[in-house]
Amino acid sequence: METQSPERTAQLPQLTEPRNPGTALDLDWVRAVQANTSAIERRAATLSGRRSVKKDYQAAWLLKAVTLIDLTTLSGDDTVGRVRRLCSKARQPVSPALLDAMEMPAITTGAVCVYHDMIETAVTALKGTGIPVAAVSTGFPAGLSPFHLRLAEIEESVKAGAEEIDIVISRRHVLSGNWQALYDEMKAFRAACGDAHVKAILATGELGSLRNVARASLICMMAGADFIKTSTGKESVNATLPVTLVMIRAIRDYYDRTGYRVGYKPAGGISKAKDALVYLALIKDELGDRWLQPDLFRFGASSLLGDIERQLEHHVTGAYSAGYRHSMG
Amino acid sequence: MSVKEIFETMDYGPAPESAAEALAWLVDQGDRFGHFINGAFTTPGEGFDSRNPATGEVLATLSQATQDDVDAAVAAARSAQPKWEQLGGAGRARHLYAIARLLQKHSRLFAVLESLDNGKPIRESRDIDIPLAQRHFYYHAGMAQLKDSELPEAQALGVCGQIIPWNFPLLMLAWKIAPALAMGNTVVLKPAEYTSLTAMLFADICQQAGLPKGVVNIVTGDGAVGEMIVAAEVDKIAFTGSTAVGQRIREATAGSGKELTLELGGKSAYVVFDDADIDSAIEGLVDAIWFNQGQVCCAGSRLLVQEGIADRFYDKLRARMDGLRIGNPLDKCIDVGAVVDPVQLQTIQTMVENNTAGEMHQVSCVLPENGCYYPPTLITGLETSDPLMQEEIFGPVLVASTFRTPAEAVELANNTRYGLAATVWTENVNLALDIAPKLVAGVVWINATNLFDAAAGFGGVRESGFGREGGWEGLTAYTKPKGTAKALAPVEAVSGEGAPHDPLDRTAKMYVGGKQARPDSGYSRAIWGKSGLLGHVGLGSRKDVRNAVEAAAGAKGWAKATGHLRAQILYYIGENLSARADEFAHRIDAMTGKKGGAKEVETSIQRLFSAAAWADKYDGQVHGVPIRGVALAMKEPTGVIGALCADEAPLLGLVSVMAPAIAMGNRVVLAASEPYPLAATDFYQILETSDVPAGVVNILTGVHADLAKPLASHLNVDAVWSFSSTDLSAQIEKASAGNLKRTWVNNATATDWNVDHSKRFLQAATEIKNIWVPYGE
Repeated sequence: METQSPERTAQLPQLTEPRNPGTALDLDWVRAVQANTSAIERRAATLSGRRSVKKDYQAAWLLKAVTLIDLTTLSGDDTVGRVRRLCSKARQPVSPALLDAMEMPAITTGAVCVYHDMIETAVTALKGTGIPVAAVSTGFPAGLSPFHLRLAEIEESVKAGAEEIDIVISRRHVLSGNWQALYDEMKAFRAACGDAHVKAILATGELGSLRNVARASLICMMAGADFIKTSTGKESVNATLPVTLVMIRAIRDYYDRTGYRVGYKPAGGISKAKDALVYLALIKDELGDRWLQPDLFRFGASSLLGDIERQLEHHVTGAYSAGYRHSMG
Repeated sequence: MSVKEIFETMDYGPAPESAAEALAWLVDQGDRFGHFINGAFTTPGEGFDSRNPATGEVLATLSQATQDDVDAAVAAARSAQPKWEQLGGAGRARHLYAIARLLQKHSRLFAVLESLDNGKPIRESRDIDIPLAQRHFYYHAGMAQLKDSELPEAQALGVCGQIIPWNFPLLMLAWKIAPALAMGNTVVLKPAEYTSLTAMLFADICQQAGLPKGVVNIVTGDGAVGEMIVAAEVDKIAFTGSTAVGQRIREATAGSGKELTLELGGKSAYVVFDDADIDSAIEGLVDAIWFNQGQVCCAGSRLLVQEGIADRFYDKLRARMDGLRIGNPLDKCIDVGAVVDPVQLQTIQTMVENNTAGEMHQVSCVLPENGCYYPPTLITGLETSDPLMQEEIFGPVLVASTFRTPAEAVELANNTRYGLAATVWTENVNLALDIAPKLVAGVVWINATNLFDAAAGFGGVRESGFGREGGWEGLTAYTKPKGTAKALAPVEAVSGEGAPHDPLDRTAKMYVGGKQARPDSGYSRAIWGKSGLLGHVGLGSRKDVRNAVEAAAGAKGWAKATGHLRAQILYYIGENLSARADEFAHRIDAMTGKKGGAKEVETSIQRLFSAAAWADKYDGQVHGVPIRGVALAMKEPTGVIGALCADEAPLLGLVSVMAPAIAMGNRVVLAASEPYPLAATDFYQILETSDVPAGVVNILTGVHADLAKPLASHLNVDAVWSFSSTDLSAQIEKASAGNLKRTWVNNATATDWNVDHSKRFLQAATEIKNIWVPYGE
């Protein structure tokens, strides 16, 4: 393992404070959880009208968003070359000229997220940058491969140098109300991760209701998740504001009761700079500023960065930008 | 701050909406406004400044209307009205549609001007006030279109005087003007003196829309101008504002024949059960009490939390409050703006300072130095006896208490003189739909708050006023049945002397709480027929009224009886009356000296059957509101209705009032025909044999003038009606102001009792409660 550079301290989950050790399974708490869909949707729908960030503030927020991105490629046609290009973009997500114009030091994305086979390539490409490599695991995206293989996959990925493991939960445990099974599974995944940090992907688009999202969020935190994450990006519905509201309120409750901060990662479907700002405002208002750092918040996104670059150039020059002016990732 | 610093702090920073266009519009108008009368602005006169409450800066100068101005406005409205009504629904619809379109085209100008003038956050004026105002004009353009086919029996009232408050200036204007115009009325409207600017812009829009001259007239000024409008030759007054002023308007218009609707204050309960989505309920409170700085008549200002979750709820609420952003109303990133005026700010400060009970939490943010700002405030641990749990603060101050059971929640929620709105949070549909009808309020929101739409009626019960705005139910406030009423002369009793026709004395008593009761006064008077003395009846007094109202109030169960059961009992009354038809006919003829008795009895039986038929068919509606959910417009009984029954039709007059009233679940206190009371006293024998529960119908005898005042002033009576041939209309309406009863008085005009007016009675006997139920899993 590499030694920790200061940049890494800022980016890896929970390096600045204790990892969530989990709690015993508290089914009374889980069953008492409520999520009123209409009210949650109203809050989500009106948020963009209630919060607005302009000019330098908007630029700073967008730069912050860049540092929170898990720059991701999860395709069957990923190659070494493709992953290297992505890692290079992660090291220099925004052109130095733009950063200079805003008098900003260099920034990087929060992490690079790949499949197991690409870990080694990514670790090599990111050597010395402090950018962690995250690997999706446990039979991603469906999570239906044999349980022992899912555990073995985690172990292999950690061995290969992944510092963050994005696991997928068994949706069937949620849909059948088998909370004990979900808890046990998550606990086993966490144990298999060792020192690597674990993000629990709930696949919220397949959980049927916001109440189930809330309950699954709690269970995963009780079982020791460092992060909870909405989606694989492969479901028909991925990250949404209502789902986000439910999950971050669960994080807030968990923090209130246990004192441990769990991170949050919306993934899939966030492709516009404007959307990113709304997410950040929601996190700021519901969870607080502490969660606006890469150790507690990440965007799982691939095309978001391009839109943010264009908006930043517009901020600097006053003219609307074009995609080809920015390096592709 | 540099980008790098902001990158670290992640502060919001300023996000101002430009005021330039709105200020330019004011400059174009010369920064001075006259009144809008007969399609043109008058030359600005003596007046007052309109200030921006966020800065104290003067925005423009407005004119104080004189008596001449008000007279000119009313005259313009009067002369424009017949042509406007005759234009027909389709013609009026085009004009309303044009206004809606223009409101939409100038939406940002309206929004910015509104926030400048009122101090509300631009988010609210831009996303709520102005779109809703547009919606009211679109909706009522549709109502104008449908008027001729759907309401063929209705006609316009004429000229409507409308007085609106400062909390939602343009929106309240839209609520008032759109339905009035749709139904063929013309209006004279007075905006609040603090916030008249968007009304001036609206007048500008009316010109652009080509609205005929005189259809809309707007005069500006303070309460003195309001008083002039109330006193003017108008056919209706529609007022939104404080309960105290509403009561004064009720007194001032008593007996004038002017129609009246009042939308007044509130202290609306916000009930949170222990199975609620707590975070969502807390977010709801932001929209309930910190919306528009709490200056909302239906603000959820009285929080009631179930004991088991109270501490956790309060902790979360305080944390949420601390995240509220207070500041420049034109900033697109603030939650709470400025209170409308220094006077209002002082009122809020004084009320909170005078409170010593409970624990107070105030948001500890830095308020802008200038301007009328008050921090969002929560006071927990108050009891019903604390003044702040009862009095409307009209500011960003939430008071809170706890309850143990659903039944206690209802009791506490209803422990108020007001009855405007209520909010219920629970994930249990059984609980929600059980509680909503039990809450005494005109609007109930389930798992939501402050939802409004033109398609759903809005308005209160108790001292929150009467009348509805929006929906089909709102149209009755701007229409009346076609036709003109004849004058009603006092009906004199037959006088006589000599021995009774039948030497066996029968004592006619009063009927109170299901029992025959002697008059408290101990006095009786003789009732003569042409053939001699027919009997004696007790002279009812205030004590008898008290007893009867107590009995009626106690018979609460009747309101919960099924429509089917009420129908069965009404049929049974009809059946028993039919069995004794000849005796009743004979009695009526003997008292009146006429020969109409048989027909009157037969018609009375028909009325009973009509009411029985309606008892389970006078359905509510499900309004098509623009949410995923329903607004259930439920018809609820008005409550305890006191009525002075017609003198000229001793049985039919009483039955025509009683039958529809009790069919809807009301309890009645009926003063029998004064000259011919014996049909009513015979009638209680029918009631006694017809399974009518005790207290549902109470019958008093005596002098109408003696019974009117105690009945009309009784604070536990919800409505008072008079069809007496003694003209007591003014006296009754004046006395009704104490608890703002619904009144229906004849103003010395006759009712043709042979015509079936059941529909009108059913309408008067019910209050429409809109229960908003958003759904979705």
